[in-house]
Amino acid sequence: MSFEPKILGVLCKWCSYAGADLAGTSRKKYAPNVRVVRVNCTGRVEPTFVLKAFEKGADGVLIAGCHPGDCHYLEGNYKALRRFQLLKKMLAQMGIDDGRVRLEWISASEGERFAVVVNEMTERVRKLGPFAKNGGSNG
Amino acid sequence: MAKLKVAFYWAASCGGCEIAQLEIGEKILKVAEVADIVFWPVAIDAKYKDVEAMADGSIDVCLFNGAIRNSEQEHLAHMLRKKSKVMIAYGSCAYEGGVPGLANMFDRASIFERVYHETPSTNNKHKVFPEPSHKVHEGVLCIPEFNDTVKTLRQTVDVDYIIPGCPPEEKTTWLALTALIEGKLPPKGTVITDNVKAVCDDCPRKRDVKKVKKVYRTYEIITDPEICLLEQGLLCAGVATRGGCGAPCPQANMPCTGCYGPVEGAIDQGAHFISAMASVIDSKDPDEIQKIIDDIHDPVGTVYRYSLPDSLLRRARIQ
Amino acid sequence: MTKNKAKVGVYICHCGSNIAGVVDVKDVAAYAQGLPSVAAVKDYVYMCSDPGQNIIKEDIKHLGLNRVVVACCSPSLHELTFRRACQEAGLNPYLFQQANIREQCSWVTEDAALATVKAKALVSGAVSRVVHQEPLEKREVEINPNTLVIGGGIAGIQAALEIADGGYKVYLVEKTPSVGGHMAQLDKTFPTLDCSSCILTPKMTQAGSHPNIELMVYSEVEEISGYVGNFKVKVRKKAKYVDEEKCTGCGICQTKCPIRVDSEFDAGIGKRKAIYTPFAQAVPNVPVIVAEECTYFIKGKCRACEKFCEPGAIDFEQKDEIVEIDVGAIIASTGYGVFDPTPMAHYGYGRLDNVITSLEFERLVSSAGPTGGKIQLKDGSTPTSIAIAHCIGSRDEKYHEYCSRVCCMYALKYSHLIKEKTEADVYQMYIDMRCFGKGYEEFYKRLSEEGVKFIRGKVGEVTDRAISDEEKGKLIVLAEDSLLGNVMRVPVDMVILCVALEPQADAENTARKLGISRSADGFYLERHPKLDPVATTTDGVFVAGCCQGPKDIPDTVAQASAAAARALAMISKGKVEVEAATAHIDEERCSGCRICNDLCPFSSITFDEEKKVSRVNDALCKGCGVCVAACPSGIISGRHFTAEQIIAEIEGVLA
Repeated sequence: MSFEPKILGVLCKWCSYAGADLAGTSRKKYAPNVRVVRVNCTGRVEPTFVLKAFEKGADGVLIAGCHPGDCHYLEGNYKALRRFQLLKKMLAQMGIDDGRVRLEWISASEGERFAVVVNEMTERVRKLGPFAKNGGSNG
Repeated sequence: MAKLKVAFYWAASCGGCEIAQLEIGEKILKVAEVADIVFWPVAIDAKYKDVEAMADGSIDVCLFNGAIRNSEQEHLAHMLRKKSKVMIAYGSCAYEGGVPGLANMFDRASIFERVYHETPSTNNKHKVFPEPSHKVHEGVLCIPEFNDTVKTLRQTVDVDYIIPGCPPEEKTTWLALTALIEGKLPPKGTVITDNVKAVCDDCPRKRDVKKVKKVYRTYEIITDPEICLLEQGLLCAGVATRGGCGAPCPQANMPCTGCYGPVEGAIDQGAHFISAMASVIDSKDPDEIQKIIDDIHDPVGTVYRYSLPDSLLRRARIQ
Repeated sequence: MTKNKAKVGVYICHCGSNIAGVVDVKDVAAYAQGLPSVAAVKDYVYMCSDPGQNIIKEDIKHLGLNRVVVACCSPSLHELTFRRACQEAGLNPYLFQQANIREQCSWVTEDAALATVKAKALVSGAVSRVVHQEPLEKREVEINPNTLVIGGGIAGIQAALEIADGGYKVYLVEKTPSVGGHMAQLDKTFPTLDCSSCILTPKMTQAGSHPNIELMVYSEVEEISGYVGNFKVKVRKKAKYVDEEKCTGCGICQTKCPIRVDSEFDAGIGKRKAIYTPFAQAVPNVPVIVAEECTYFIKGKCRACEKFCEPGAIDFEQKDEIVEIDVGAIIASTGYGVFDPTPMAHYGYGRLDNVITSLEFERLVSSAGPTGGKIQLKDGSTPTSIAIAHCIGSRDEKYHEYCSRVCCMYALKYSHLIKEKTEADVYQMYIDMRCFGKGYEEFYKRLSEEGVKFIRGKVGEVTDRAISDEEKGKLIVLAEDSLLGNVMRVPVDMVILCVALEPQADAENTARKLGISRSADGFYLERHPKLDPVATTTDGVFVAGCCQGPKDIPDTVAQASAAAARALAMISKGKVEVEAATAHIDEERCSGCRICNDLCPFSSITFDEEKKVSRVNDALCKGCGVCVAACPSGIISGRHFTAEQIIAEIEGVLA
């Protein structure tokens, strides 16, 4: 059987989670690899969650929230953006491929886009292969 | 009452912890009153076989410093664990991997390549690298095997207590020793310090709301001695680091580098520091944010200076 | 209730065939049975139906469940339903967790086997999370029944009157010396053409004399603290140098004052004195002295007003006064500013005589205006042709992208007034005619029949460089007629620039005081553009009128009444429910690093300088979690979204 990546999705409940719901109500089929955890706001997302996900067997992490300017809490998504940009730099240093973590702005009306993002990410992570949990170390 | 039997050991470390243990000064006499040192490679003559000969659990306390880098250290960690009633990880390296743990950015092959071949002062045309065993005319020579990944003491054996710091401050060491001498031991797993809050709690600098527009390295800026260093753009890890040290570094105009490890209950010191630091970047523009972040030259070395092996990722992924 | 004694009930909904048609619900149920802490698993055709809910309620009662997971549709649909069911069975609603196996699983997954795998993961996440969930109580705070209305234009007056008529106290704060706002400046109102002051003045008077309204004119809000139900407001009452109690409003001071300055009320085309009421029907009818303009304040002598004031109301010793008031709700009705077309040099405003703005024209055509309503050129003569240029500063990417919504209609009104008062030819130069309101299209049609010339094309330039005899001494308006496709040169005597409505110059500052945000165009941001257009992201703060976006009088009044209704609803309930899932700082472990302080979008975090710890004001916190994620000590917990709960769910879905 081919490698089925496990991807953690962390979605803000106001925009992206609603966007994912919309993909559902419009019966848009997409890859089943993203497992979603709902949070109030991308501003709630701690870099720890991303690292924890990798530790617990995720091959990728998708964070999605409201478009800039649309945050229900005014600026939570900007704070997510800052953390994400720094986290990405740290992860790159740690040899973790760029394609394994993604921050996307997906509005409640972008069901279609949610599906596209999930499919794209699943394919990319599939190509990258399983995340080496123990770092590929042999001792 | 019989005297306490105490062992000291150093694994992958710089030796600073050994000195730090002596920093308690004349209080050492008090220790000598109640304790006998049964093993301390740096100070007394005892061989591994002497330890091996001891009955299991016959050492009351082992203060183990240094990370686990090779098979010898691993072996000694296991042996001392067996022989000791109480195993204490002493200092950052034993606790979280410490500075030697930053080698987890690489693996054995790349470290050997660098150390035994590439360095400008090395002449090793034939690429002779250390091998665990080597046959010579007289027989087989063995040296400890160098591991790919540095581990913490806790990742190697069961640890009872932790004394954090690089090296631990005298008062922290004494706090732990007093508890041992008086037999008033805290619950297992306790990181022994006199402050569970972050270093900021110890730090006398004035703090205001934080907004960081530019990040500086220490040599790039003359800081105001009164104001929080993070607010001035220095990557002071005090916000994400357990206190109890008394904040000597910020008081000497140097940002905290995080040696006391995460604050009680925090999961991953580096991840917390990243989150906090990034949160106060004063920009909403991705490009500007990136520009500010570009000045953070070594995020891993900055946020995990002492704790990479103990972090959630533990090591870099080497392709 | 401790976590180790968690007894979780898991309920898998078939949703008819919506879920069960794809996901093997029996398999998911069997899987759930094996998860830690799970005490009961059931599947049912419609969990949200009454019998479905009853299954849960019965199990809570009889099996002693203390946690419930329902795997069904999206929580946005039925979270409330199941929370209520739990509550009815005596279980705290926050001990419920929903797994979305319909919208995010059965409906979107082609392969049934993979859908089942995903459903199991989602159920595992929910079970793993729910074990860590803690009971929370909805909290209520008492509401102070007083309301602050900021801005005394038609929106503020309307809102204040509604609330005052409802029997509650209103503080109406207006920064100019009189209420009335922009509406008082208008001559007629479209499309009915009734006289603006005829319909406004009674309302102004009512507001001025209403026993429940405390009018604070010539005053500005300095500072707002507190939270919904309990705001503390500092208002600066600027010194008027006139004793309100003594002044009879006779107006003699204004006649005697020797200083003439441009009248703001007359949009600069008329004059007023250094002691003045903005207009004759001002409410209150008490003048103010502008110290910066007054000879006495500048040179130390004059006091002409004082000499002639019989009741002795002039008081040069008056000082600004800070008044503190307590209110439960705030309505911001701070109005709009008018776009200044000077930077658009090609229109010649400020350089060419007789290029005027729409607001200047309003004053020109007003019978109470400086010309007594006579439409005249700078030299006093009557124009024979007038061009009305639409969309100046509106629908223009360089200035304001939005449509100002009222210009098309007032431009039509101008045509009518011009036709009524003069023989002049009128040209409307427009991009699109937007006549969307009740009776507006009819008004447009009527005007089209009055001989007004409509040219579909935005004015490109206004110049006085004539190229023919016919153009000599005229203003030549250049516009491309986009219907005919040719560039026209229209010589006229007067050009009216229909300037954009824009946010007040101090809108940013006011928004900061109110703790509300602004949309990209600078106007105050409503909580939801469709479903909540009068509330803001700050509970207890409502918006009405043009401060939220350009709108006409009917819409303004409607929104003001709506805002008043919202405030009244809050007041009459007496209490307001505040978010239960708030952030909490463990003070015993807070190092006072202050990372979190400035992150809160609702300013709910304060720093206790004495104890050196940060603190969250529960009543202000909306539970977004931005501080929780930022805390480098990990000691801020986001109730119902704790790190423990989220990480447990992450582990669960990845298991």
